[in-house]
Parts: sequence; structure tokens; C-alpha cells
Amino acid sequence: MLELQINGRPQQIPPGSNVASLIATLHLEGRRYAIELNGEIVPKSRHAATTLNHGDQLEVVIAVGGG
Amino acid sequence: MNAPELIAEPLVIGGRSYRSRLLVGTGKYRDFAETRAAIDASGAEIITVAIRRVNIGQNAGEPSLLEYLPPSQFTILPNTAGCHTAKDAVRTLRLARELLDGHSLVKLEVLANDETLFPNMPETLVAAKELVADGFQVMVYCTDDPVQARVLEEIGCAAVMPLASLIGSGMGILNPWNLEIIIDRATVPVLVDAGIGTASDAAVAMEMGCDAVLMNTAIAKAKNPLLMASAMKKAVEAGREAFLAGRMPKKIYQGSPSSPTEGKIS
Repeated sequence: MLELQINGRPQQIPPGSNVASLIATLHLEGRRYAIELNGEIVPKSRHAATTLNHGDQLEVVIAVGGG
Repeated sequence: MNAPELIAEPLVIGGRSYRSRLLVGTGKYRDFAETRAAIDASGAEIITVAIRRVNIGQNAGEPSLLEYLPPSQFTILPNTAGCHTAKDAVRTLRLARELLDGHSLVKLEVLANDETLFPNMPETLVAAKELVADGFQVMVYCTDDPVQARVLEEIGCAAVMPLASLIGSGMGILNPWNLEIIIDRATVPVLVDAGIGTASDAAVAMEMGCDAVLMNTAIAKAKNPLLMASAMKKAVEAGREAFLAGRMPKKIYQGSPSSPTEGKIS
């Protein structure tokens, strides 16, 4: 298993995972979210092609109520 | 122009026209259904949202804010609430742009501290420059300092949004004189953002010539948010019409009868 940080918390994922497959496990499909990998935004068009590696830092954000 | 034409003149921000001059936030409501109902009652077309980390594994299948308020029906204005540095604010809004499919109209706010939520203007200026250079249309929360407002305008911000009073305080417009200078000098829309407490505050801002008003807590934390949303809609419209109509001159020491002074029976 690969260990990476998602939203600041350690998470284990299967080797060979990419951003798109990770999103599927987070039940975010069909929702609006944005992904930042090691400080760089990963555009939606690149999710499937972006492979995740051990030690990656991932941010997954959504829109919430705010003023 | 006649009255209907004056009233119909839209609010133009970042090249897009809006009928409503009331912008509302989506925070502090009981649930998403109440959020949606209040926003519908307000008539707002531009609504602010915050960008936050998703709770991993905790909200699978739960509805999300944007399902209740789809970008196809509203102009979503992502904010940088909670950001204390230019770096964090720029990072947040780049994520927001990705989340909203390239949407570039944003609300920049860089806060100095969590107690007063007063804007940190040096960081705000740095972030505004970077965002404008990166193609964002920046509506910027700022102090009610005419010099800062002018600098933000020169940087290329799409709208300046001075506070009426502290965010969430409901204290109304505390420095109308500064606000008036900002409105008089600005060539971009001026919105009062933060501090509105009740309908008369919104009406006063619009009567002074503000182009629009942005609020959240005044509606969300009213005892009846839907009724307050409706009140705010009317207040903004009434204030706008009064501004366009042009108020009568104030006569501080001299009364002036409205009825004829001739033909009195005694």
C-alpha cells in the first residue's frame, strides 16, 4: 500500500492508484471538487493520468456555505 | 432617462449584468434547504461560498451546497474567508477556479486576526495584484479607507467592497463619511460588504450611492431568515430608487410647510 496525506491526514491507498480512482473511493464522483497535489492544482482533465506516489500531499476541497 | 429606465439599469461587474443589487452569503444557515429558500427570497443572483477541505469518508452521499445552489442558476462567488496571507488567498482562489470550471469572478478577503476579522490591507494588496495578473476578476473586501480603495482600483480590481462595520457584527455603517468619499471617487462598483444588521442599514448604503450590498449574517441569523431576506431585497431596491430619485436638500434650522400658507381661515 502507498501512504499519502489527504487533507492533512495519513491515508493508505493501493499501488497504481491515480487521482480519478482515489476520487471514486471518496464518493466524490458527480460532485464539484478541486484537487491539489503537492501544492499544484491537478486539472480535471488530468485526474486519470495523474498517478499517486508514496508521500504525496493531496488536498481535496469543495464549496461550503460562507459569506 | 425616465424612472423605469433608471431603475432597470443593471449592476455591471466584470462585464456581466445583474438585476439584483443584493449579494448574499451562504453561511450560518440551519441547513441547505433554508439557505436556498432565503436566497430565493432575497432575489440575489450572486452568492458567496467558502472553499474548504472535504471531510474524508464522513459525508458520502450527503447533499452538497452546490446541489442546492447550482452554478447554472447563480453566479457563485468563491471567497477566501479564513485566509490570513496573500499566499493562502491566492491558493484558495486558484482551487476555486478549478472547482468552478474556470470561473474567474472571486471575492478576495485577507483577514488580519480572528477577533475583529479586520482586513489585512498589505496582504490584500499583494494578493489582489497576483490575482489580477492571473486573470481573475477580483471583488475585494477592504477597509473603508479611500486611499486603499483607490489603490485596489488602480491594481485592476473589478469592485471594491469596504466594510460598513466588522464582519458579522450587525453594527451598520459606522463611517458614512469615508464611504461617501470612496463612492464619489470610484470608477468601479462599490459594494458595502460586512456589518449590515437590518434593512435600514442596507437602504442607507444604497441611498448613499453604493452600487450593491453584500451580506450574510444579517439574513442567516435573523429570527426569521426568509422574512429578513425579503426585507433586505426591498431595502436595497428602495435605497437604490431613493438614490436615483435624488433626495431633497436638508434644511437643518428652517421648517417648510407642505400645505399652502395662503387662504387660512384665521
